[in-house]
Amino acid sequence: MVTKGAWWNDAGVRAVLYQIVVLGAILLLGWYLVSNTLANLAARNIATGFGFLGREAGFAIGESPLAYAPTDSYARAILVGLANTVIVALVGIAFATLIGLVIGIARLSSNWLVARLATVYVESARNVPVLLHLLFWYALITEALPGPRQALNPIANVFISNRGIKFPLPVWEAAHGWMAAALVVAVAATLVLARWARTRQAETGQPFPIIRVGLALILGLPLLAWLAGGAPTALDRPELKGFNFTGGHTVSPEFVALLLGLTLYTAAFIAEIVRSGILAVSRGQTEAALALGLSRGQVLRLVILPQALRVIIPPLTSQYLNLTKNSSLAVAIGYPDLVSVANTTINQTGQAIEGVALVMAVYLAVSLGIAAFMNWYDKKTALVSR
Amino acid sequence: MSAPIEQSPGEIAAHVEEPMRATLAAPRRGRGAAALLGWTRRNLFSSVPNTILTLVALALLVWFLPPLINWALVKATWTGGDPKLCREAGGACWALIETKHRFILFGLYPHDQHWRPLVAMAIFLSAIAASCDPRFWNWRLAGIWAVVLAVGGWLMWGGFLGLAYVENARWGGLPLTLILATLGIVLAFPLSILLALGRRSDLPAIRAVCVGYIEIVRGVPLVSVLFMASIMFPLFLPEGLTIDKLLRAQVGIILFTAAYLAEAVRGGLAAIPKGQYEAADAMGLGYWQKMGLVILPQALRLVIPPIVNQFISCFKDTSLVIIIGLYDLLTTAKTALTDPPWRPFYVESYVFAGLVYFGFCFFMSRYSQYLERRLNAGTRR
Amino acid sequence: MANDPVILLDKVNKWYGEFHVLKDIDLAVGKGEKVVICGPSGSGKSTVIRCINRLEEHQRGRIVVDGVELTSDIRSIDAIRRKVGMVFQSFNLFPHLTVIENLTLAPLWVKKTPLKQAQETAMRYLERVKIPEQAHKYPGQLSGGQQQRVAIARALCLKPDIMLFDEPTSALDPEMIKEVLDVMVELAGEGMTMVCVTHEMGFARTVADSMVFMAEGVIVEKAPPKEFFAAPKSERTRQFLSQIIGH
Repeated sequence: MVTKGAWWNDAGVRAVLYQIVVLGAILLLGWYLVSNTLANLAARNIATGFGFLGREAGFAIGESPLAYAPTDSYARAILVGLANTVIVALVGIAFATLIGLVIGIARLSSNWLVARLATVYVESARNVPVLLHLLFWYALITEALPGPRQALNPIANVFISNRGIKFPLPVWEAAHGWMAAALVVAVAATLVLARWARTRQAETGQPFPIIRVGLALILGLPLLAWLAGGAPTALDRPELKGFNFTGGHTVSPEFVALLLGLTLYTAAFIAEIVRSGILAVSRGQTEAALALGLSRGQVLRLVILPQALRVIIPPLTSQYLNLTKNSSLAVAIGYPDLVSVANTTINQTGQAIEGVALVMAVYLAVSLGIAAFMNWYDKKTALVSR
Repeated sequence: MSAPIEQSPGEIAAHVEEPMRATLAAPRRGRGAAALLGWTRRNLFSSVPNTILTLVALALLVWFLPPLINWALVKATWTGGDPKLCREAGGACWALIETKHRFILFGLYPHDQHWRPLVAMAIFLSAIAASCDPRFWNWRLAGIWAVVLAVGGWLMWGGFLGLAYVENARWGGLPLTLILATLGIVLAFPLSILLALGRRSDLPAIRAVCVGYIEIVRGVPLVSVLFMASIMFPLFLPEGLTIDKLLRAQVGIILFTAAYLAEAVRGGLAAIPKGQYEAADAMGLGYWQKMGLVILPQALRLVIPPIVNQFISCFKDTSLVIIIGLYDLLTTAKTALTDPPWRPFYVESYVFAGLVYFGFCFFMSRYSQYLERRLNAGTRR
Repeated sequence: MANDPVILLDKVNKWYGEFHVLKDIDLAVGKGEKVVICGPSGSGKSTVIRCINRLEEHQRGRIVVDGVELTSDIRSIDAIRRKVGMVFQSFNLFPHLTVIENLTLAPLWVKKTPLKQAQETAMRYLERVKIPEQAHKYPGQLSGGQQQRVAIARALCLKPDIMLFDEPTSALDPEMIKEVLDVMVELAGEGMTMVCVTHEMGFARTVADSMVFMAEGVIVEKAPPKEFFAAPKSERTRQFLSQIIGH
């Protein structure tokens, strides 16, 4: 006869019991916090909900890629903040990748001096808080640069002063539209050509210099369109009028400081990622490829890069995410990013919970989206092994 | 984060360049000057592109270094405490540091009591260094930390046993940065172990809670967590109960760090071979016995380097408390500049704060590399 | 045979920094000849064959392969690497490519062969090393012995005149050594010129035309296998052989 234990000793029952206890405790804590919050809000006469988003914001935003006036709604203001975050993050990611790539390769250089300089850069940039980078560059730009009247003028029509960087933009004409169309056509043609080149190589064995031809197309077609459109050269130039500039395009000191800080800080981490990615491909791989008679360029393109990228991409995306999250430090130097605008909104409306929740939700959505991409990429490129 | 750095450039170059370029041209038998010449040729002028690179790097140094040295050393004003002298000399104004270093390092803490945070920091740092070493790992370590925190609290607050009371609104500078970072790691640690175990648990509800917490916290910026701590925490508490700004920020940092630490711990748990779990089960150990006696001691040993790295980022990230108005090292460095005559010398102030941060972080990262090597050697034996 | 060597090493010297790895190495390998090099670790035997396809650069002396002298001229290096196949101790298959992609990579990009033709050749060689059914797997899914056979097939796909083997069985489990050696013996039977660094003395006895014993960067002894095993001239060779065959 099998003795049956007490029911509370059954593993399955216990598992369910544990989960009920933990969930119960969490729900209890949540209920306690929510009820406290509601009581506090009622005591302070603060209404909950996102109704405030439709009200007039009433504050100005220093720079905005979208049309915005203080009479617009809070929702519009927050959208502008989000746009500013996206801009600084995208530009920052582009520059940080470029610098990180160069520095990472420089650290591997057989040239002692170059390798050492790269190491000094990496160590000094990444061992200092990113906020210190921002404050330092902001102070340098606003304090060390001259005012608009004595602005530095390194190239014709470009002025650097403590009010930011002013540079000319071409006056919009029909030819520019044609150039954009030509660019689209060139990219499409390159893609088609790449397909054709692959097929031809498979059939005849003859490789096609697709990189060079594609580059020529992408640069050449827009140039042709510009020439065909009458080669318009009219520029909207910045000019000094009184105490400031009019015309041209402006990049604000806040943006420059934020961009410099984020870029230089993140590039140091990216450099390390690139370096370890290249080191992760064993020397035997290079040797085997060379022994097969592949040229140095082919070894890099066909053997080393595909393997190194696999190691590099996951930590690289997490650095991109870090840069995006760090862009929220814009609030410290007054660049109107999402957090900064939300902060102003909270101060004006008292809707702290909604404001913070909104910010968190946006960042969370971006993070989860990128995490989903990473999972997909990992699955796609996972090395199959036993 | 950091791979071993000490590798000869030639060895590394072999990975990107054709091997024959890395193996070297001529036999080298010289001593002294001849050896130096050979070294220079191999490492700086081995080929035409290499020579061009060297020349470009040298040009960069020549363009950059002399003005820097001129500013930082030759024309610098070191003492005097008078900004006018600095302006006349035209170089770096290290006199600012001479005048303000007490404020930058200790904030508004009473001037004659600065030895107290200094001693507290020394105790904290020794405790951290000891905690990183598995030789000190036993139940006494928790006791040691209890004593360290009690003594640290007594030194910082005072109020009894002959020390004057200093309210924590007056704490600032490096001690504040160090306290936020240390407590951020130490108190997040137990929480992170629970989270990591929960994330690997077989119980779906518990796993979901832990995954949700970890992913949400890791998905949002620290700034938003600090905002939440500073604006929303007061709303969470029953009426009449308030907690001060420092505690709120500290709780925010702990909750934030725990999510990242949990991922590090999870990595360690995942690295323990399945056989260890099975052996523990076969011995009839219960879940907590299995984890506490067999799995965690091995897993935590593996994650010391990532934890130290997490401490480094936590140390740097505490600078964000400037946004909610706490006087940490970076804030004091910035505030020192609000004194109008010193205002032009922001570079000196930020460089000083930067050097302090750099010193700590660089030392810690080297320490973590040393630990990694020693622990690796230990497991190989 | 010796009048028309396809590989000629003439007083080859090489240093790693202060360390003199190769000292006045003279070696001539005729067409179709099979040379087995053995010696204690650190004797420079791997370095010798790595110099032949210039994975390492020698600093003094001459190396001539198939009438082309090795200089730093990239074209001459490429020409030689196309004629010389190499098999490594650690296989060095490309983990991101399938077996068949490993085999067709060089024919496609170096010889500019059409894909279909390259794949047919690849399948032929996979059949010869007896693993055609693994063509679409990744190297990580194969056993060590299978990987090394793929590596041999990969080298053969370029139809080389000379094959270099750098301790091809040292990284293998004992039960897999035979399957690789069988392939090598078969290859030898077809008249391929082979230079082989190995400690497999049974293999050496069967296929080698001459044995070379190296120690401390010097060729101590070169003899046909019969003499070499029966009556080694030098004391060092005797010692080495007794160690290697003794257990």
